[in-house]
Amino acid sequence: MVATETRIQQAWQVLNAVEDPEIPVVSIVDLGIVRQVFVQENTLQVHITPTYSGCPATQVIEDMVIDALNAANMHPFQVKTVLSPAWSTNFLTDEGKQKLEAYGIAPPAEDSVDKLALMGEEKQIACPLCKSTDTKMVSQFGSTPCKAHFKCNDCLEPFDYFKCLV
Amino acid sequence: MQQQSALYNVVLHLGDNALILGHRISEWCGHGPVLEQDIALTNIALDLIGQSRSYLDYAGKLSGKNLTEDDLAYKRDVLDFKNLLLTEQLNEDFAITMARQFYFDVWHQLALQQLQHSKDETLRDIAIKSLKEVTYHTRFSSEWVIRLGDGTEESKQRMQEAIEDMWMWTGEMFEQTPEEKELVEQGIYFDAPALKDAWTARIKEVLDEATLTMPTDEWMQTGGKSGVHTEYLGFILAEMQFLPRAYPDATW
Repeated sequence: MVATETRIQQAWQVLNAVEDPEIPVVSIVDLGIVRQVFVQENTLQVHITPTYSGCPATQVIEDMVIDALNAANMHPFQVKTVLSPAWSTNFLTDEGKQKLEAYGIAPPAEDSVDKLALMGEEKQIACPLCKSTDTKMVSQFGSTPCKAHFKCNDCLEPFDYFKCLV
Repeated sequence: MQQQSALYNVVLHLGDNALILGHRISEWCGHGPVLEQDIALTNIALDLIGQSRSYLDYAGKLSGKNLTEDDLAYKRDVLDFKNLLLTEQLNEDFAITMARQFYFDVWHQLALQQLQHSKDETLRDIAIKSLKEVTYHTRFSSEWVIRLGDGTEESKQRMQEAIEDMWMWTGEMFEQTPEEKELVEQGIYFDAPALKDAWTARIKEVLDEATLTMPTDEWMQTGGKSGVHTEYLGFILAEMQFLPRAYPDATW
């Protein structure tokens, strides 16, 4: 019987290797989707939370977590989806934000709600490709529920911005 | 008709609003005026459908009959849906779609702001989560009303007609049944009539900036919560429920 501490540590390691299905360079731990890992009456409990209400990846992520825990032989375990506390971009790790930028997705700007949806006056988001801050928001809604659509006025490339949800 | 609990009814009301409006907006998919707005609309629809899943899943548990979210979404007929009539209205053009969305979003945001303090934990959690998304919806629809109102001659005309056309469906948002009043007193549900002043003030603020004229009060059509719907809901359900009804054994 593995000590509880070790079991929890192991679980975090396993979970850290579960890639987000949409943005495979970040793990679900980087995205703050894994909320709690603890042992209760010998069963390993893993609590995950959906990002956006309609996120199509939510079910896939739950399946992937179960597969990963099965493969690592972490029985007995239970995966539970919890709605509270509600997911926020504040749950993103710094490492996660760096990985997003390296991948070409501008990470959410520090801790404040994105301002106007259409009328410009967005806080300055740096282009993840050329780093210029001369960028323009094309639409508050992008390719997935979690992203907005931006364009760089300097290098003229479009890019995704991971929207602030606080 | 079996006696349903008051809580079950309000959860269905919230879930049905999101489901029907989500479905309506999704009809824009592939038909948006420009790609970015097509994507924006479908994103909003997806948020709403996701929210409806949370509500209908909860309602299923409250039903006492072990119903799932799918049972409730796909097997009820028109008389058993409890959504606001506003959510059933046709898309017609972008102006009507934005007017409908704008009126609904402002109400939705106010309702959720109250619901996030509900003594019912599940409702509270769903509300806290939904409010984050609905904040973006409200910004989007408000700003489009402004942009179209204070736009070209044609956009202004269409937007003015749209806000007037949709006005008669807004009165229903502030009605309250005696059951709901009790839930409000128990700290479980939001107080719909109490939202009216704040809603009206916000509508006026946006319409003023949009250089549009506030519609004058008139006959308000209601009935959604009693299952008395417009002719549109039947068609919506026929499309939305076709597959599971025609192929009851179908699974993903």
